[in-house]
Amino acid sequence: MSEELKLSILNKLESENSIADTKTAFVDVSPETILGALKSLESQEKVNYKTLTTEFWTIEAEGQDQIDNGSYEARIFYAVPAGEEGITIAELNSKYGKVASLGQGKAFQNKWVKKNGSSIVRLVDSIVDQIKADLEVVQATGSHPNTNVIRDLKRRSLIKQNKVLSYSVSKGANFSTELKKQATDLTVEMLHSGAWKNAEFKKFNFDSLGVNPSGGHLHPLMKVREEFRQIFFDTGFEEMPTNEFVVSSFWNFDALFVPQQHAARDLQDTFFLKEPAVATELPEFWETVKDVHEKGGYGSIGYRYPWSQEEAKKLVLRTHTTAVSSQMLHKLAQEPYRPAKYFSIDRVYRNEAVDATHLAEFHQVEGIIADKNMSLGSLIAFMDRFFQKMGITKLRFKPAYNPYTEPSLEIFSWHEGLNTWVEIGNSGMFRPEMLRPLGLEEGVQVAGFGLSLERPTMIKYGVDNIRALVGHKVDLGMVESNPACRLDKKMGKEVFQSAVETAN
Amino acid sequence: MPTINIDKQDLFEYLDNQYNTAQFRELCFEFGIELEEDTSEKFVLAPGERAQLKIDIPANRYDLLCFEGLTRALGIFLGREPSPTYRVAHTENPHRIMVSADCAQIRPFVVGAVLRGVKLTKERYQSLIDLQDKLHNNLCRRRTLVSIGTHDLDTVEGPFTYEARRPEDIRFVPLNQKEEMDGHRVIEFYETEMHIKKFLHIIRDSPVYPVVYDAQGRVMSLPPLINSEHSKITLDTKNIFIEITATDITKVNMVLNIILTMFSGYCSEPFTVEPVEVVYPDGETLVYPNFERRTMTTSTKYLNGIVGVQKSNDEIIALLNKMSLDASLDKKTNAVSGLLKKMSLSDKSEDSQIIVKVPVTRPDILQECDIAGCLGIAFGYNNIPRAQNNSATVGKALPLNKLTDLVRKEMAMAGWTEALTLSLCSHDESFKFLRRTDPGTEAVVLANPMTIEFQVCRSTMLPGLLKTIRENKKHAIPFKIFEVSDVVFKNPELKGTGAQNERRACALFSSRMAQFEVIQGLLDTIMQSLNVRHTRKGAAGYYLAEAELPTYLSGRSASVVYTDEDLNEVVLGSIGVMHPEVLVNFELDYPVSAFEINIEPFL
Repeated sequence: MSEELKLSILNKLESENSIADTKTAFVDVSPETILGALKSLESQEKVNYKTLTTEFWTIEAEGQDQIDNGSYEARIFYAVPAGEEGITIAELNSKYGKVASLGQGKAFQNKWVKKNGSSIVRLVDSIVDQIKADLEVVQATGSHPNTNVIRDLKRRSLIKQNKVLSYSVSKGANFSTELKKQATDLTVEMLHSGAWKNAEFKKFNFDSLGVNPSGGHLHPLMKVREEFRQIFFDTGFEEMPTNEFVVSSFWNFDALFVPQQHAARDLQDTFFLKEPAVATELPEFWETVKDVHEKGGYGSIGYRYPWSQEEAKKLVLRTHTTAVSSQMLHKLAQEPYRPAKYFSIDRVYRNEAVDATHLAEFHQVEGIIADKNMSLGSLIAFMDRFFQKMGITKLRFKPAYNPYTEPSLEIFSWHEGLNTWVEIGNSGMFRPEMLRPLGLEEGVQVAGFGLSLERPTMIKYGVDNIRALVGHKVDLGMVESNPACRLDKKMGKEVFQSAVETAN
Repeated sequence: MPTINIDKQDLFEYLDNQYNTAQFRELCFEFGIELEEDTSEKFVLAPGERAQLKIDIPANRYDLLCFEGLTRALGIFLGREPSPTYRVAHTENPHRIMVSADCAQIRPFVVGAVLRGVKLTKERYQSLIDLQDKLHNNLCRRRTLVSIGTHDLDTVEGPFTYEARRPEDIRFVPLNQKEEMDGHRVIEFYETEMHIKKFLHIIRDSPVYPVVYDAQGRVMSLPPLINSEHSKITLDTKNIFIEITATDITKVNMVLNIILTMFSGYCSEPFTVEPVEVVYPDGETLVYPNFERRTMTTSTKYLNGIVGVQKSNDEIIALLNKMSLDASLDKKTNAVSGLLKKMSLSDKSEDSQIIVKVPVTRPDILQECDIAGCLGIAFGYNNIPRAQNNSATVGKALPLNKLTDLVRKEMAMAGWTEALTLSLCSHDESFKFLRRTDPGTEAVVLANPMTIEFQVCRSTMLPGLLKTIRENKKHAIPFKIFEVSDVVFKNPELKGTGAQNERRACALFSSRMAQFEVIQGLLDTIMQSLNVRHTRKGAAGYYLAEAELPTYLSGRSASVVYTDEDLNEVVLGSIGVMHPEVLVNFELDYPVSAFEINIEPFL
């Protein structure tokens, strides 16, 4: 059948040179069948075709009713007998029901009938039912010369627009009336038989997509982590052993000079443990820490409150990776002085209500730099360089408070999309009350900085809800389709956003 | 971080209308506070409603928690006004608070002072109330450490007593109430009151409650809950008596000084307060407040070094003054070093000693580094020149993380997809749902989780991955997912915490059939990549030893055993076809096969 149709199209082109409209040339063939044949012929460059759209109007059921029985207003007119008496409204309504309510208004408007007390009487002797006449024109020709009429009939839902597709066809570059079977793919049999030499290959559609490879995928948060690690390695940082989620309050708080009444140590902020509940022992320098809280030292007046060993022994899920950094600094201090840079990217825990931007556990990115030359100026210079590697070039710093750093600062970056400064992390120089009990000598400054891993990932991958990124509610389809992480390039919404901006 | 509400018009007028909201936001940024919101920018104000500025204050700056303190600090920062000198008036017969011995067992400390000749307005009165609220919620740790009582001095009569009495022996009409109550009734009455009820626990179960009386035996306050109606402050109050009770002597002094410095500007003699004597049962008499400024010594070299600037003595002194710090050169030591310099005996030419008198409004200044912080703010964090002077160090990966990445990438290259699950789960998910019983020696249990989702640290990776399949019902089968991350379990032998992490690799396959060979194939691939041969027992490499494990279907599970070069055997974990009851527990429709192994032996 389709071969037959193709041949007859080609023959018609041979004799007539072109086909103006397949609708008239092939009256009985459906447009879909014609299109199939034309596409196949086009892929062999035997024909070119253009799509023609013909619009026409058909009569709806209500329109057909008015062609058969007259328009509602005409039916009302005929229902009113000639003469002074007319018909009572009540009788008209009861006899004609819906037609009466739909037709009356128009009949009044046309000045065919009028109200006379409780009756309706004729105003004219005869009428022309124009609606019916117009509908008959549409039925016969598929349209109406007066576009106002079409609009009116359409508004009254009496007619409906329809479309029919047809095609105009002309000869293609390789026109012939001969049809040859096309090969869809190169096969091993063709190679062996040599049939490939004479075969005509079906043309590829290069606009379509390929078959999905069934490969594996890494999670986007882990891809961003990889990028951060690379930046740290590039800038000389050594990775810290943070595979220790359970720590004592001593390392998480006390050693960092966080007082025991600090809000962060409340039950509603920190996960404490029931089993095991307390550390079996504290590091040997715990009394130095106790002293600096209670009495001060190293030029500090301390917090001057009674420090409790029990409180320090309480085990917690670490609230920050600084609980490990402090241990690393303690180790570093046991060796002869050397400058050091440490980093980690790992899980931390907060006993907070979970919502679109907060989870009870998230990944903290942390870096610390121990150096005798360290100043606020060199810390800021380092921040500039670090964030530049992430493609963030516009930074500024706000003075802030943190119990274990002073000076402390919050890092803000300019967000092009939001057109505002957004906080991206915090930083500061660790206090002597923290460093000196750990054993670091006077004059060694240690700067630290931290940010969450989830936040830049959500921005880079255009994820709005953190639960869609971390945890079992993650969409595996998202993991399987997300792009590679290139922090210094535009990704996700950033690409989309800049495309929109360019378009505007 | 506390947020305070400040009347926009009043504030801007104080600053002579030199700022609009955007400019004020910049000023805040520079000063280290944050303008969160201008209500007139966000909402349409009702007629007569005044615009408020919501400002975030750092948790250590108690001196910025009210209009008075904030405007004063900004005024000084901008060089528009000098730092006030706070004075304690010389008083012949100061008011006294006699402390009874019983207080020691419940709330041992009390301090006090008098603000004389105060002119209150509606705004000032509200500011005083709001400041007490802010202090109570922050520095006072929700009144557990410190609580403040303010009274109209002219309604009471000294000397005052601070006692601890049985609740039934205390009778008074609490603030804004009509009914006279005893201590028990007070507890009962405020049990349903939103504001006060959260403080009841501080004294409820104590046999005695702390109470402040005047000379006529009238109750003035029942700390830390409520003051009495009788002595309450009104807009007509002229003389304010302040008593503050506490369990922490350091903080009670801070609170007293903050209240006094903030509101003494309204006294007939501005910034001057009248002292109160506190007499303890042993006869020890202490006079409050103590407005003596603490003296700290620092040096220009240290300050310049920390901030990363090169400022002269005079510049540093001027900058510190902007932060309300009274700084001056230490004449004595500098005279000596000047002499040495002249004699060319010292090279410390750029170093001078600076003496800083810390005002009582700044109890957050503990150490030299806090002065350096002030210098940084006064100079402007964003004006500090960048210094590229980091020492060179060598980057290095943690071996465990390097190994982890190797295994992760092998699995992904083998066509598996990485999941990222939570390390906390419910106890049931970790045990009952996996058909395991809790031996009591494994799970690390949380003491205060908000939901059952976070009862324990996971001691197996399986629950998170099973839940991931459960939540991805729309995903086409087969599921091939993995995760390499830490589990946590108890280890009583470990000194210190008694808990430890272990790095595990876990993978799940789920489809119309369990297809054990698929999950086994992935395990084989990982082992191959780690250079571990598939062998039999007794030879270096790994083998699967059939094992009855409750999580898996009987006869379809094995232990994964690793034998190292020295022929030491380690059980790495398990592999098998998941038990159908486990699938029901995790609401899964398709068969699942899985393995979970410890990768740390391959370090």
